[in-house]
Amino acid sequence: MNKLLENKVCLITGAGKGIGKSIAEKFIKEGAFVYVNDIQENELKWCDEYEVAGSVQKIPFDICDFAEAKSCIMRIKKEHGRIDVLVNNAGLISYEFMSMIDYNKFRKMLEVNVLALINLTQLASRIMMRQRSGSIINMASMVGVKGAKGQLAYSATKGAVISITKSAAKELAEFNIRVNAIAPGMVATDRFKNVIENKFEDRINDVGFGRMAEPEEIADAYVFLASDMSRYITGQIIGVDGGFIL
Amino acid sequence: MSNLEKYNGVFRDVFMVKDTVLNDTFDNKSVDGWDSVKQLALTTALEDAFDIMLDAEDILELTSYTKGKEILKKYEVEL
Repeated sequence: MNKLLENKVCLITGAGKGIGKSIAEKFIKEGAFVYVNDIQENELKWCDEYEVAGSVQKIPFDICDFAEAKSCIMRIKKEHGRIDVLVNNAGLISYEFMSMIDYNKFRKMLEVNVLALINLTQLASRIMMRQRSGSIINMASMVGVKGAKGQLAYSATKGAVISITKSAAKELAEFNIRVNAIAPGMVATDRFKNVIENKFEDRINDVGFGRMAEPEEIADAYVFLASDMSRYITGQIIGVDGGFIL
Repeated sequence: MSNLEKYNGVFRDVFMVKDTVLNDTFDNKSVDGWDSVKQLALTTALEDAFDIMLDAEDILELTSYTKGKEILKKYEVEL
């Protein structure tokens, strides 16, 4: 049976851990060649074995550094001549009530979640335009779709991701480039389980399936959107939330 | 092929013109059809020809044959 992402050249940001790591692992298993990015190189140790096998290249850099982002895209172009999939996964999250917003943190969150995402989308799409194909998949959130008490700042950035996804899809459709976003609900990443879960214990009752998503379940949706199985889908925000009621 | 020949070749191909019209007056105000689509096509062709990737502000400023030469200098392309 053919693998879903055979020979596709992919870049995944924020792939050091959590959902990004799961996406990268799934992509590798489906036959993709994956450039895995994280701001911290030591977070990418998990992919050493894959690097030896030749299916992965580590590409650590700060996505907010536009010069480094450009170098990354040029490197991929030089090494492979194409980019088939960009996964804009890297992001910051915060939880605070409206009156407690720390504007320095908010600005940084806008820089990572929105500006850096737009910049990488611009750069990758310029390569994808030449090949007249590509799939860009952004990390949104159900919080961005529906809003959430205590997450105004974060929801603003994810709302922006949703708008960006829809506009980019319209602008890039003529080049056969698809742009979609995944909007997870509550996901059982290590960060969530160790640090944040106690804040949301009672919210599990709001999830139709009665449990949080595993990162791999979010990653499956990314595989679908990266693959040709979704070749007629663009401009969509796909909720992967187990029936989460916000 | 020299870099200048490559540069002129890009303009010839994108605008379908002869070398003789490529001078200081060849710009987005005087050339029919030099719209944003053509500007992006010119950008792509220059990037491919010289193996570079222009910054967004340089794409915006790529508004004439002469300006293009100045921009390429920033990318260490000598014409």
